Amino acid sequence: MKNSGHEMAYKRYKEFFNIFLHNKMAVTGAVILGVFIAIALIGPEVYPFDLQSFGTAKDVMNPPGTNHIFGTDDMGRDVLGNLIAGTRVSLLVGGLSTLISMIIGTVLGIYAGYFDNIFSMVIMRVTDFFLVIPWLPLMLVLTAILGTSIWNIIFVIGMTSWPGTARIVRAQTLSIKERPFIERIMSIGADTNHIMIKHILPNVFPLVFANTILVSAEAILSETTLSFLGLGDVSRSSWGMMLHYAFESGAASIGAYWYFLPPGICVVLLVLSFTFLGYALDEILNPKLKRR
Amino acid sequence: MELLKIDNLKTYFKTNKGIVRAVDGVSFSIERGQAVGLVGESGCGKTTTALSIVNLLPDNGKVVEGSIILNGKDLTKLSKDKLRKQRWKNVSIIFQSAMNALNPVMKVGDQITEAIMYHNYLTRDEAIKRAQELFTLVEIDKDRINNYPHEFSGGMKQRVMIAMALACDPKLIIGDEPTTALDVIVQAQILNLLNKIKEELNTGLLIITHDLSILGEICDEIVIMYAGKVVEKGSTERIYNNHVHPYTYKLFKSYPDIHGKKILEEPIKGSAPSLSDLPAGCRFHPRCSFAADKCRIEEPVLKEVSLNHYSACHYGGAWNE
Amino acid sequence: MNRQYVLKKIIYSLITIFAVLVFNYFLFRVMPGNPLQILMRNPNASAEAIEKTKELFGLNKPAHIQFFIYIKSLFQGDLGTSFLYKGQPVTEVIGSRILPTLLMIGAAEILAIITGIFIGVISAWKRGTKIDIISLSFSLISYSMPTFWIGIVFVTIFCVQFRIFPTSGMMTPGLSYSSFMGKSLDVIKHLTLPVLTMSLVLIGQYALVMRSTLVDVLTEDYITTAHAKGFKEDYVIKKHAVPNAMLPMVTLIAINLGLVIAGAIQIETIFSWPGIGRLMYDAIKNRDYPLLQGIFLLVTISVIIANLLADLTYGYLDPRVKSRS
Repeated sequence: MKNSGHEMAYKRYKEFFNIFLHNKMAVTGAVILGVFIAIALIGPEVYPFDLQSFGTAKDVMNPPGTNHIFGTDDMGRDVLGNLIAGTRVSLLVGGLSTLISMIIGTVLGIYAGYFDNIFSMVIMRVTDFFLVIPWLPLMLVLTAILGTSIWNIIFVIGMTSWPGTARIVRAQTLSIKERPFIERIMSIGADTNHIMIKHILPNVFPLVFANTILVSAEAILSETTLSFLGLGDVSRSSWGMMLHYAFESGAASIGAYWYFLPPGICVVLLVLSFTFLGYALDEILNPKLKRR
Repeated sequence: MELLKIDNLKTYFKTNKGIVRAVDGVSFSIERGQAVGLVGESGCGKTTTALSIVNLLPDNGKVVEGSIILNGKDLTKLSKDKLRKQRWKNVSIIFQSAMNALNPVMKVGDQITEAIMYHNYLTRDEAIKRAQELFTLVEIDKDRINNYPHEFSGGMKQRVMIAMALACDPKLIIGDEPTTALDVIVQAQILNLLNKIKEELNTGLLIITHDLSILGEICDEIVIMYAGKVVEKGSTERIYNNHVHPYTYKLFKSYPDIHGKKILEEPIKGSAPSLSDLPAGCRFHPRCSFAADKCRIEEPVLKEVSLNHYSACHYGGAWNE
Repeated sequence: MNRQYVLKKIIYSLITIFAVLVFNYFLFRVMPGNPLQILMRNPNASAEAIEKTKELFGLNKPAHIQFFIYIKSLFQGDLGTSFLYKGQPVTEVIGSRILPTLLMIGAAEILAIITGIFIGVISAWKRGTKIDIISLSFSLISYSMPTFWIGIVFVTIFCVQFRIFPTSGMMTPGLSYSSFMGKSLDVIKHLTLPVLTMSLVLIGQYALVMRSTLVDVLTEDYITTAHAKGFKEDYVIKKHAVPNAMLPMVTLIAINLGLVIAGAIQIETIFSWPGIGRLMYDAIKNRDYPLLQGIFLLVTISVIIANLLADLTYGYLDPRVKSRS
C-alpha cells in the first residue's frame, strides 16, 4: 500500500531531524540536557560526596572559599558535592516518573481514542476526574500517606501525570482514525493490533514525544517542590532537599546565597532545557499539523 | 471618464523562493454602473489585482509599477493614511467566505454602523437607520441587525456582507468569488441582488471568479488572466461567442454546454506555471495546443482584434469555424 | 443562555464533587498506611481526639455503614477534629484561614491577568520584534522556575538586601491600629511580595497564551475585512481581534487554578502568610490527617466550582454558545 502510515511516518522523521538541527532553541536545550546527564552519570564518581559528611560548628554556612567552591551548607557539608549528587535524583525521578506517565497515558489514550466502548468511557471519565483535582494537594496527600521514599515519589508523580498525556493522545488518535488510509486498511480486514501498532502508533509518536519533554519538565519541578515542602527522600541528595534545608535553616534571611542559589539555578536550567526542546519541537511539528 | 482605470499594474511579492510576479502588467477599466468580470485559474493573480487596488496586500507584497486611477485619483500615489481613508468609502470588498469574513462576537449591525460612523460622520442613531435601510435593500428583515453572524445562513451572510459593502455608498464594489461558496439557487439570488445594485445605484462592480457560468448573468465585460497577465478582454458577448485566445477557448471548453454534446472535454493538460519560475515567450505556450516556434521565444502583447476586444496571442481565431 | 446547558453543567459538576468525596474517603481510610492506623500511634494526637475520631468513624461497623457515616458527617459540616490545633474542629481551623488566601490569590490573579493580557497583545501585534522576543523569553524562564524559589530570591533581594518589605506574616506582630486605613496599609506591605511572586508565575503563562491566540485570530478573514473598512491598525486589534482572543483566556484562567493553588501552598510557606496553603504545609509536617483531609476536600471542591463558573461565564460571553438551542 503506497500511503501506509509507516511510510508517511518515516518520511516525516527524516525531515524532522534536519529541521531540528537547524533550530537554535532545540540545539541549546539538547546541549544543556546533555551536560546534566553527563554530570548525573559520572559526576559523583569524579567528585564524591557523602550526605553524612557533617562538619564541625565552624564549617557551617561558610561562603565560597578555597576548600569549598560553593561554600558549605547548614550541616557543614560541601554545597557543590551535594549539588552534583543531586543531579542524579532529579534526572532519575524526572525520567522514571515521565516514563511511567507516558506509557500509561499513551496506551490508555490510544485505546480510548480507537475503541468506542465502555472501557473508553471509563478511561475518559477517570482522566477528566484526575485533571480536575489540583496537582500539588493531590501529590502532597498521596506522598504523606504512602511515604517519602524515592520510589514512592516516582510512583506518585507518574500516577498523577498520565491523565494529561492520555487526553492528548486520545485526541490525536481520534483524528488519525478519521484519515482515509486507516479506513482503507480496516476495510481489507487488517488486524486491530496490527493497525494500532504499525499505523497509529508511529503517527501519534511525534506528539507523544513532544509531550514527553514537557511532562519531564513538570516532573522535575514536582519533585523539587515536593522535596522543598518536606516530602522528599531524606536519604538522598536532591536539589529540592537542599532548598528545603536552606529554607528551614534560614539561609535566605542571612544572605547565604551560595546555598539556595545554585540548586535553584540548576533546576531552572534543567527545566529550561526541556522547555526549549518542547517549544522547539512544537514549532517544528505544528506547522505541519496545521497544513493538514 | 472611467470609474476605475488600471494601467500596467505590477504587484510583486518577496518570498524566500525569490520574487513572485503575481501581477505582471495588467490593464483594464471599469465604467460607472458597469460590471467587469476578472477570470482565471487559482493563482493567476486576480485576487492580488483586487487587493492591490486598496493596498490590502500582506507585508511582503508591493505595487511596484503602474497606476490605479479611481475617479481621477491615482491610488498608487497616495500616502498610506490617505489611501486608508479611501477604503470602504470609495471601494469596498465582499469576500468569498462570508463564513469567516464577519466578526463572530460582534453584532452584524454594529459591524455596519462602525464603518458608517468612521467615514460618514453620522450620529449613531442615523447610522443605525441607514443599516436598517441597507438590510431592507438586500431583502433581510431590518430587525435582524442585532443578530450575530452565526444566526444567519450562508446565503444570508453573503447578503449581510453586501449590505455592509454598501454602507458608505461606494462607487466600486469588488466581489472576490462572491458566489463560490453558495449553492446554485442562492447563487442566483445573490447575482440578482448584485444586478439590482448595479442598476439602481449605478455602482461599478469588479467580480473576481473562476466560475464562467456566472459571468453571463452579471458581467458587461470580461477580463481573462493567466499567470499574472491579461490574455484576453472584451465585452461579455464577444468573449462568449468570439473568443480568440487559446486559453479562453480551453476555458470555455471545460464548461460543458447544457445544450451541447454529452461528452466531457479533456482538461487543459499540465498546470499553471509557478509565478517565480515562468516559461520564456508566451506564458501559456507549454499547455497550448496551437503553440508554434514564435510562441516559445517572443511574449505576445495585447492587440485589438476587433472593437474593444483585445487578445495577447500571436495567432488565434482559426478554430472558431 | 440555555437552561438545559446550565443544568447539564451543574449536574456534571455535582457528580464530580461526589466522586471527589468517594476518592477522599478512599485515600484517607482505605489505602495502606492510611491515617487511621497511624493515628493510633501518633504521639501528637491527644487521647480525647483519638476517642472522638474512633467514634466518628465508627471503626467497628461494616464498611458501607462507615461510608454513610462519613457522608453524613460531611453534610453536617463536621470535618473532624484537628490534632495540631488540639481538639479544635477542622472546620473552624480552616475557616479562619480562608480569607488571607483569597486576598492573596485574588490580588495576584487580577494583577497577572491585566499585565499578562497587555504583554500578550503587544507581543502578538509586534510579532518578531525585540519586544516580542523579550517577553517570550521572560515567559519561558518564569515558567521554568519553581514558585517557591522565586519567593526565596525575592525575600533575599527585597527583605534582606534592601529591607523594603517584611519577610513574614500578614501584619506586623504586636502593633494595633486605630484606623482601618492604617491596618490596610500594613497588610498591603506584607501582601506585596507574596502577590508579586504569585503574579510572576501567572503572567508568563497568560502572556504566552494571549499571544498565540491573538496571532491565530489575526489570520482570520474578518480581520482582513476590518482592515478593508479603512480602520487604523490599533482599532482593528482592540475592537476586533482582542475580543475574540479573550475567550480562550477565560478557559485558561480556570485551568490555571491548580497552578494557583500549588503556588499558594509554596508562597504562603515561604512568607508565613496565614492562609490555607500554609495550613496544609503545617498539617503535613505534623501529620495532622483530619486537617489535611479537610483542606484537600475544600480545595478540590473549590476548584471544581470555579471551573463550573468559568464554563458558564464562557458560555455567556461567546454568542455562538449563548444562543445554542
